[in-house]
Amino acid sequence: MTTLRMREALRDAMAEEMRRDEAVFVMGEDVGVFQGAFKVTEGLLEEFGERRVRDTPISENTIVGTGVGAAMAGLRPVVELMTVNFALLALDQIVNHAAAIPYMFNGAARVPMVVRMPGGGGHQLGPTHSHSFEALFLQVPGLLVACPSTPADGKALLKAAIRDDNPVIFIEHENLYGRRGEVPDEGADGDGLLPFGQAAVRREGGDVTIVGILKMAHVAEDAARVLANEHGVEGEVIDPRTLRPLDLDTILESVRKTNRAVIVEEGWPHGGVGANLATLITEQAFDHLDAPVQRVTGADVHMPYSRRLEQAAIPHEEHVVQAALAALEGSL
Amino acid sequence: MADLPDATTCYELLAKMALIRRFEEEAGRQYQRAKAGGFLHLAIGEEATIVGTAAAMRAEDYLIGTYRTHGHAIARGTEPSRVMAELFGRVDGTSGGRGGSMHIFDAERRFMGGYGIVGGNLPIAAGLALASDYKGEDAVTVCMFGDGASNAGNFGETMNLAALWRLPILFLVENNLYGMGTSVERHSAQTDLSVKAEGYGIPGKRIDGMDVLAVREAVTEGVRMAREDRQPTMIEAFTYRFRGHSAADPEVYRGREEVEEWREKDPIEGFAQRCVEAGVLGEREVQEVRDKAEAAVREAVEFADASPEPALDTLYESLYVLDSAAGWYAVDERSPEPHRGEREAEMPAAARELAEAGAAYAGQPDGPRQPRPNPAESGEIGDGAEPDVAGEREEVEDR
Repeated sequence: MTTLRMREALRDAMAEEMRRDEAVFVMGEDVGVFQGAFKVTEGLLEEFGERRVRDTPISENTIVGTGVGAAMAGLRPVVELMTVNFALLALDQIVNHAAAIPYMFNGAARVPMVVRMPGGGGHQLGPTHSHSFEALFLQVPGLLVACPSTPADGKALLKAAIRDDNPVIFIEHENLYGRRGEVPDEGADGDGLLPFGQAAVRREGGDVTIVGILKMAHVAEDAARVLANEHGVEGEVIDPRTLRPLDLDTILESVRKTNRAVIVEEGWPHGGVGANLATLITEQAFDHLDAPVQRVTGADVHMPYSRRLEQAAIPHEEHVVQAALAALEGSL
Repeated sequence: MADLPDATTCYELLAKMALIRRFEEEAGRQYQRAKAGGFLHLAIGEEATIVGTAAAMRAEDYLIGTYRTHGHAIARGTEPSRVMAELFGRVDGTSGGRGGSMHIFDAERRFMGGYGIVGGNLPIAAGLALASDYKGEDAVTVCMFGDGASNAGNFGETMNLAALWRLPILFLVENNLYGMGTSVERHSAQTDLSVKAEGYGIPGKRIDGMDVLAVREAVTEGVRMAREDRQPTMIEAFTYRFRGHSAADPEVYRGREEVEEWREKDPIEGFAQRCVEAGVLGEREVQEVRDKAEAAVREAVEFADASPEPALDTLYESLYVLDSAAGWYAVDERSPEPHRGEREAEMPAAARELAEAGAAYAGQPDGPRQPRPNPAESGEIGDGAEPDVAGEREEVEDR
């Protein structure tokens, strides 16, 4: 085990896969000389050179589209979009091309590409630089969607994503890049891959199931501690780690035990990750629910700049505590 | 004017153009009979640009095009029968009936696809070229697109990237004078499209796209520059579609006289005449070419007609690659197992039941609560029935 920051764990994942497979290369805006806008690609240019670590012009749709073509011709591009917000400029290539091509060409073409992008609010970057678009990508058939919350998961999922033959949207959270965590050393656990579709139970508990993704996975854990310490409520905290495929079985198993569910995400409420998951839980485990599924989401507004307003728009542990208590109302 | 090549080459060029012409005419007829659905964009009149380009490419080179690419695939060697089967939406189509007219694909012949989004193929072409360069391979990518695509954001982005990275790529604008129904003069401030990429470091030239030899000569040089000099260039080939933008186009934006004027420059008639006058081909051979095209297209229709409709339980096939690491993937959010429609052999009954109940319910482990009719099965849509009056097909125009 080594203690690494998330950005270092992600960098190591790319470096290890690039050493392993010549077809893997990295491209994006400022990933080379600048070492990455969030320093995730630090040191890669030095080790692998300009052929495999490619600075691109600011042309998101074409960066992703070039990745699609390169992937169709046998390479394994890891495309970095500087932030999730800029992914909107590349939606045509992501949705109409990367996701659709394997299906519309009947399996005769593959797009083994990873598109990494950091998102989330909390840095006072205002409406155009604070998005959470997990739900947007989750909706598209043909894409896999990863959203790691710990350095160990970040590394293991990114390695798995790079080896996957499907296009993967790999969402990172800007606030988690500096977060430290224990990461298994290379080779310690097989190849160090984490298969997609395996949720992690971060904390066991019998009273309420709390599902959180990305930064909200940590907020969910913080809330569970408060619930235990101040309210005598044992929350079971689950981090799905990937949204497509989703390990719904682990979530349902927990809900069948606790009979209550709270879903925490930073994105907008309408058509969100929580909305989707609440529907799935209701469809699959309605008879086990003792209360409506609670959602804690980002506010239904564009992210305001003012620190005071911004913090009000992002879910915090007290929101999660309130939602859990609401789910438990009448039974405490 | 380029010199005539040897008789065999002339024969092949003429044969390919005639085959594409005949294929497109028949595709239009089958569309009127409702055998083909969706949109149908025919390249009648543009055969010289297509065939001249393909004739200048090596087998390992990539060709990528637009939503008007039945002919491009055929020029690369794809069997017309498989293209026709795709138009019919059948399993033996180039995309198994998943893509349709706008999304023809044949990786074996390095025809890397027709694409329905204007300009969407440009960055993908850059990626194909990047892969060849990255792997140290000799292949060149030829990217064909219409005059309308020269206004898309991808155009500038891709030109810049291709020149910046010195990619082995040739851009070819099939300038048929209209972006759907908007003429070049009305859609592009710079009407000389050949200079539109010069600011990015991509020199261009204008050629007669109705002259198969002129196209072949220009593309040969463009491909050479891409392959040997790593210098991307752009060719603007003037061509003309004798038919409308798609089968539903009433052609209000251009006059009959203009169409007739261009028909005088028919790339096939003109080339055949030149070959005969020069004594390179005889009338007998020209007739033979027509007869062969007729036979091949008749065969294509028979093949497409005989090809089965895709089975309903293949609805989810090829959505994901599930074999690269077993057990990792869930097609559906509801279970980490592959979707029930995925493994026909294992669960044919369950899969069929789900598919027949409609995709919206597919994937619920316990199946739909209320079975609902599938319109594709009840004959309400897509039953292949011919309309009472041929040619009265209604269609909503695309973009």
